Amino acid sequence: MEEEKIHPIQKFMDNIWLLLALGLAIPILSYTLWGLIELLTIEQGTLP
Amino acid sequence: MSTDTVKAAAYRVCETTGLSIFLKAQFFVKINAVLAVIFLLVGGIAALLLALTRWSNVMLLNDIWYYRMVTLHGVNMLVFWIIFFEMAILYFASTTLLNTKMFSKKLAHTSLALMFVGAVVTNYIILKGQADVMLTSYPPLEAHPLFYLGIILFAVGALIVAFNFFATLYIAKKNKTYEGSMPLVTFGAATAAIIAVVALLHGAAALVPTFLWSMGWMEMMDPGAYRLLWWGLGHHSQQINVAAMVSVWYFVATMSTGAKPLNETVCRGAFILYILFINLAAAHHLLVDPGLSSEWKIWNTSYAMYLAVLASMIHGYTVPASMEVAMRRKGYNKGIFGWFAKLPWKDPGFSAVALSAIIFGFIGGITGVTLGTEQINIMAHNTLRIPGHFHATVVGGTTLAFMGLAYYLVPLIFQKDFYMKKLARIQPWLFGGGIVIMSLGMSFAGTYGVPRRTYDSDFGGAVLETGFDPVAHIFLGVLGIGGVIAFIGLLLFLVLIVAAVFFGPSLKGQKMPTWQTDKEQKMTDELISKGYEEEGKDYHVKTPGTIVLVLIFLLSFAIYYFANWAALADLWHIR
Amino acid sequence: MSIFHPKGNWYRPPTGSERLWVGLALAWCLVMSITMPWWHFQGKQNAPQTTYEVEPEAFIQRVHQFVETNQVGEMNNVPIVEPEPGGDAYLLGQMWRWYPVLKLKKDQTYRIHVSSADLQHGLSIIPINMNIHVLPGYDYVMEITPTTSGEFSLICNEFCGIGHHLMTGKIIVEE
Repeated sequence: MEEEKIHPIQKFMDNIWLLLALGLAIPILSYTLWGLIELLTIEQGTLP
Repeated sequence: MSTDTVKAAAYRVCETTGLSIFLKAQFFVKINAVLAVIFLLVGGIAALLLALTRWSNVMLLNDIWYYRMVTLHGVNMLVFWIIFFEMAILYFASTTLLNTKMFSKKLAHTSLALMFVGAVVTNYIILKGQADVMLTSYPPLEAHPLFYLGIILFAVGALIVAFNFFATLYIAKKNKTYEGSMPLVTFGAATAAIIAVVALLHGAAALVPTFLWSMGWMEMMDPGAYRLLWWGLGHHSQQINVAAMVSVWYFVATMSTGAKPLNETVCRGAFILYILFINLAAAHHLLVDPGLSSEWKIWNTSYAMYLAVLASMIHGYTVPASMEVAMRRKGYNKGIFGWFAKLPWKDPGFSAVALSAIIFGFIGGITGVTLGTEQINIMAHNTLRIPGHFHATVVGGTTLAFMGLAYYLVPLIFQKDFYMKKLARIQPWLFGGGIVIMSLGMSFAGTYGVPRRTYDSDFGGAVLETGFDPVAHIFLGVLGIGGVIAFIGLLLFLVLIVAAVFFGPSLKGQKMPTWQTDKEQKMTDELISKGYEEEGKDYHVKTPGTIVLVLIFLLSFAIYYFANWAALADLWHIR
Repeated sequence: MSIFHPKGNWYRPPTGSERLWVGLALAWCLVMSITMPWWHFQGKQNAPQTTYEVEPEAFIQRVHQFVETNQVGEMNNVPIVEPEPGGDAYLLGQMWRWYPVLKLKKDQTYRIHVSSADLQHGLSIIPINMNIHVLPGYDYVMEITPTTSGEFSLICNEFCGIGHHLMTGKIIVEE
């Protein structure tokens, strides 16, 4: 019986664990960490 | 010699679909659905009272109870109702659709207990008057510790359900309980579960320190940081709702018309765009917040160049297109829209899902993307335009789709039939129609600047007087009327479901009764059984009707979008 | 079928109407992706860009100092304060009023510092409908140029306790 060769994009789409990892990493980096860094590095005001 | 085989789990074969329904998982589908609907009722009663208070001629509640009910309504609808129902979907999609028992019964029971206790505790402390802080509980506003604790317990429970879901996916693959790739509906549910993990982790990050602060064990969190983290829970959970809603669309499209996804690659690709990018746009709550740069705001609120919006537009095409193909294959080929008229509008599951897609797309989606641009948000932040938007997405979209799913859940999982089917047929229209009217009332009042979460829109009694154009008040009346109609639609839904589940005639051993004619149902059944065999084969049927519909959508989008930019240009200059 | 598992190699790029729609939708997404950055550079209405960290007490003191040096009248016991055109002004959100009343000149630019003495507030200028979020500990600076004259109301649109619906203020813009 011949093994059907699965297209690499299909392999990616089927890899729910990789998708879980990316789905966690991308928003946490782009939204959460980037945002927190900006909020934590605000200048002191001089109230001119 | 020990047999290292998978312990056989009790299951029954569904008379309608031929799929295996594992009895332990079925219990959890049922109990989560029932609990969901109970909290829907609590949130719904609060909704009616709120609509009759914002309707300025009625102003039913006093100020204290108005603010209390806004909190009660928000928490029960956005957290308890909708997440309980999503847990039911997760149990179904991971077991029945993958032909496997669930990974752990113990985890399922534990998570159920946590979620139930959490929801009860939070409701209790709100009604006791010790948590008048809105769903968002922004510090320095402070609630009684039980408010935070209840939500934390609920979130931990939901996280355990998500873990159980992924573990079930894992053992299904390992034990080869299905061949090939998981079905599209399961893939959509997995998308929802991934987004849920991100959401719940943010919830913990925001609420655990805040709980500790309310106990006096920690300093208050920076309010700007709290908002960032909390909306990681608040908005990401709406994206769980979007993914779950779309999965329901595909499910009901198949069950009601025999539709099959035109191209698995395109549909799954769209879900993947959700997984990667949809959570970025929680930023749209922070567009006029201090401390965050325009770069952060613009990149994140755009869902990474609108790739996640592209995903929604893709589903907005593939779902109706798959149904157009199914209808044309059945012979409904008259003109561009002949198929559309012949769709199973008498099936409340179908009509709920169809309305859900239209309301979510045309009202919810278009307003959401537009209001979520950094600059247009200046005209919208904290006005009633915001609830006008999200009632179209979460209620007209997700809740209505879940109601549609319930019309299938009751006969297939609870194995009960409905009474008053004539009323069931109109229920989605009543609820959907009421929500549309209410949402329009909110949105137009909001364009005048009428604020959200505010008891007296005219600020009567304030030292420096103010007020709104009388036209704004007319729209508040529209809000009120829409809310009343929607509540009647909601109540009808609850009556129909409760009557069926607890008192309905048993369907054990029978196929699910059809809402269509027998001839129509036969054609649908044929397509469903053929579809299984035809997996992977192409058939080229054109979809002119759907193309016209999505072009109308795109035109509406462009008009609304540019009209708002034009209105923005009339404001004072600000930077 | 969406409820059945596709076997074998199902990967296939979009064709026909699907491909057309994906192309059109992507094009629209790219158009939308350009508008925000374009308006950021070319447009006159953008979310305020400047924020400083402040102690609420220090901000409150600065507001009182601003009122003392620039007061020109009062309205219902609330001071009316006129800042220098091109200069800094201060606006405090507190439970439950916006303080003070500002008197501005049309087509002049002001740097209005906004902060909260206590809880989170939402600054909303009506009826023109301009809104920003106000946090304690954060001095959010609006570089603002009124382009219309008249008397404008300020309301609060972020829940801030039982007096939230009594929280108002005023901005007067003269020709």
